[in-house]
Amino acid sequence: MSQPSGIMSARNWDELMEGIWRQNPVFVMVLGMCPALAVTVSGINGLSMGIATTFVLVCSCGLVSLLRKLIPKEVRIATYIVIIATFVTVVDYVIQAVSLALYDALGAFIQLIVVNCVILGRAEAHASKNTPVVAMTNAFGMGIGFTIGLLALGCVREILGAGTLFGVSLFGANFQPWVVMVLPPGGFFVLGAWLLLFSALARRKQRKLTEAAQNA
Amino acid sequence: MNAEVMQPQTTPTVAMIRTLGLIAAICGVIIVGAYQGTYNAVQENKRIAVERAVFKVIPAARSIGEFIALPDGSVEKTSASGTVPAGAVKFYAGYDDAGGLAGIAAEGSAKGYADSVRILFAYDQATSSITAFGVVAMRETPGIGDKILVDKEFLANFPLEAKLAADLKGLANAIVTVKQGTKTKPWEIDAISGATITSRAVGKAINDAAQILLPRIGPNLDKLKEKS
Repeated sequence: MSQPSGIMSARNWDELMEGIWRQNPVFVMVLGMCPALAVTVSGINGLSMGIATTFVLVCSCGLVSLLRKLIPKEVRIATYIVIIATFVTVVDYVIQAVSLALYDALGAFIQLIVVNCVILGRAEAHASKNTPVVAMTNAFGMGIGFTIGLLALGCVREILGAGTLFGVSLFGANFQPWVVMVLPPGGFFVLGAWLLLFSALARRKQRKLTEAAQNA
Repeated sequence: MNAEVMQPQTTPTVAMIRTLGLIAAICGVIIVGAYQGTYNAVQENKRIAVERAVFKVIPAARSIGEFIALPDGSVEKTSASGTVPAGAVKFYAGYDDAGGLAGIAAEGSAKGYADSVRILFAYDQATSSITAFGVVAMRETPGIGDKILVDKEFLANFPLEAKLAADLKGLANAIVTVKQGTKTKPWEIDAISGATITSRAVGKAINDAAQILLPRIGPNLDKLKEKS
């Protein structure tokens, strides 16, 4: 892996890449499936949901990390939920201010970011044990990874189910939409296909590593 | 491991309350800040959304007025706070370029296939008919239920007759959705084959809302005629 110098130290780069690739929340950890399957009927929905989740992740992990020495361990989960819920409320208002159409499309899933296990998991497993910069870098990586996951699902489902990408028609008038792809079962089909691809990649990497070890 | 580490450390109650209070205060400030910061933009967005929806069903409209129809049969402008008293129905009057009444729009909703179908319909006072409808919110199956917006034969059901009964207490003929190809009366809606449930929801939503609203508007048309 290439290591840029200067602003990004090797440690920070590692923290960032953990969520984007090695521990991708959607494709590797398979967390946060509720929004991942429900809102990804189009690319723009997936992207917006990903950005909203990233914002909540970075802000709440930053605040949790900042207050980590103050938070009594007996009530830490309650505290994390309050902090996460605060930023979800902020996102809720911001999305309403940006676009009501988007707000309607995402529906209840904006509020449900509160119980997204990616965020609570990061607060508990990472932010509560690290300094704010490291915690926010890691959270940002996780957010990007989650966004990429939702975008990958959303784009495939939009192309197959509606013949468009970000609202732009791709195949012309003769395209017969594969409607099931924008219905709930389509979410499972597409997620299954992506998971298959990722585990095939992981298997291949594993095999190469064993071969290299045997040859050495 | 020594005994000191094994001992579970408990936080004093006062410290817990202090910390939770501090965090709650920080969160409170953030939420109120976000609410205040976005309030104007959100209200403006909501106003534009309502206007766009009304302009869509009343193409001649250039501006709108918001009214409520009270259970006692009177009509008032909505109050500044926007609250609707119990039993009152909110509706919009669309005005054309010259400031004359171009049509009346109101919301209705009925249970569809997946969830309730909320629609906005336009009523033309000159011809006593429902001229068009638009969807405010629905979760009908894409490609099946959402045909109500694009199916040419279904849209040809409009204008739909909505004359008041002689006693002014309801419609002379209830608006009903009938099986495809069996429409014979001007107040019947021909359903889309394969999307019957959604088609029925449109008919029921219009009928339920019109039965209550139109008798209240009827005697008050003069009040709405000119843009105030």
